[in-house]
Amino acid sequence: MVGAGLVVIGVGMGIGRIGGSAMEAIGRQPDAYGKIQTAMLIAAALVEGIGFAALFAV
Amino acid sequence: MLSMQNKTNANFIVLFALFFTPFFLQAKDSEPSGDLKTEIKEYISHHLEDAYDFSLFSYTNDAGEHIYVGVPLPVILWDDGLQIFSSSKLHHGEEVAQVGSKYYKLDHGKIYKTDASGTINYDESQHATNLAPLDLSITKGVASMFLIAVLMFYLFTSLAKSYTKTGGVPAGIGRFFEPIVLYIRDDIARPNIGEKKYGKYMNFLLTIFFFIWFLNLLGLTPLGVNVTGNIAVTFGLALLTFLITNLTGTKDYWLHIFDPLGESMKWYAKIPLYIILIPIEVLGIFIKPFSLLIRLYANMQAGHIVLMSLIGLMFIFKSWLGSPLSFGLAFAISIIELLVALLQAYIFTMLSALYFGFAAEEHEHH
Repeated sequence: MVGAGLVVIGVGMGIGRIGGSAMEAIGRQPDAYGKIQTAMLIAAALVEGIGFAALFAV
Repeated sequence: MLSMQNKTNANFIVLFALFFTPFFLQAKDSEPSGDLKTEIKEYISHHLEDAYDFSLFSYTNDAGEHIYVGVPLPVILWDDGLQIFSSSKLHHGEEVAQVGSKYYKLDHGKIYKTDASGTINYDESQHATNLAPLDLSITKGVASMFLIAVLMFYLFTSLAKSYTKTGGVPAGIGRFFEPIVLYIRDDIARPNIGEKKYGKYMNFLLTIFFFIWFLNLLGLTPLGVNVTGNIAVTFGLALLTFLITNLTGTKDYWLHIFDPLGESMKWYAKIPLYIILIPIEVLGIFIKPFSLLIRLYANMQAGHIVLMSLIGLMFIFKSWLGSPLSFGLAFAISIIELLVALLQAYIFTMLSALYFGFAAEEHEHH
């Protein structure tokens, strides 16, 4: 149970970083908005998958 | 004017007092009983499971009988020949269904063979030890999928026909769907699969996107179906992606898995690396669709649990405060779920396209 909590914290931090970095990237290059958003969603989905795997292992 | 303002103030104080009374009342009166909590838990897990009938709601009447309102669905079993009967015979597990000379009973959502009196034996871990026949029933989930399939077939064929009438200009509902179809083609399929090969994957990508999206949306209606939150359904969808990826894989795709370093090294130098690399690459083939199936399943399942729990709050708070609170929260979560329904369909389509892109890749050989 504690491990699952730790994983969720990690996943939260990971997705937060992905989102934050994507925002920065969009700020720097507003033209690449679409591409950055796509890449962000894919990365976030992959991280999220790990979180769910941990939750289901409980 | 002044008196009116006083009156409003007085009204406000009465309202204020009324608002807080339930807190005081509840504090000394009733703790939520453990029975209610387990009942809500059972209700939620019952909702998450597939069912043999399409029941809309149930209640207990004055005589203490459970009354279920809904539509029975066909139960199809393979047990020494095909056994087809209506799920109304099962009486939600309360009675034994007699079909010909055989008896079946519903226990914890599964059909078991029993004797005429309906005895079910359990092992130490409370699992039924009775024989379970091969079950091919049209369950609630299957019926919803049929419904969505028919809806999609009607919607998109009539959409396609409308283009021939208007000469290429979208009309009616096409104005809503055309941008979505174009988005999937131009922003999902083309960049991920490549200009040359995206065409042959478009059928699957469009179908899977709308199928998942519509099923997710159907799960948010009061019909209470939970199809995409069923791991068997997402397994089937991910299996399709897995099969298409590997059956359309080019020579370069397989070379990438079994010979990722190519000609950059001598063969004897590659051996120690490949002992690790090839198993990882082979595992990757299976992990990719597995992550697809877990992601969709877990997201939809979690959404349904949260929504049902918030609605359950209404019964745990035994005051009128519970209803607005649970309504407000459930409303907010429902709006997020509307977004998640679209997002999960998008992610599934997007990642499928990405995997197809790997399968369709062709390197230039030096």
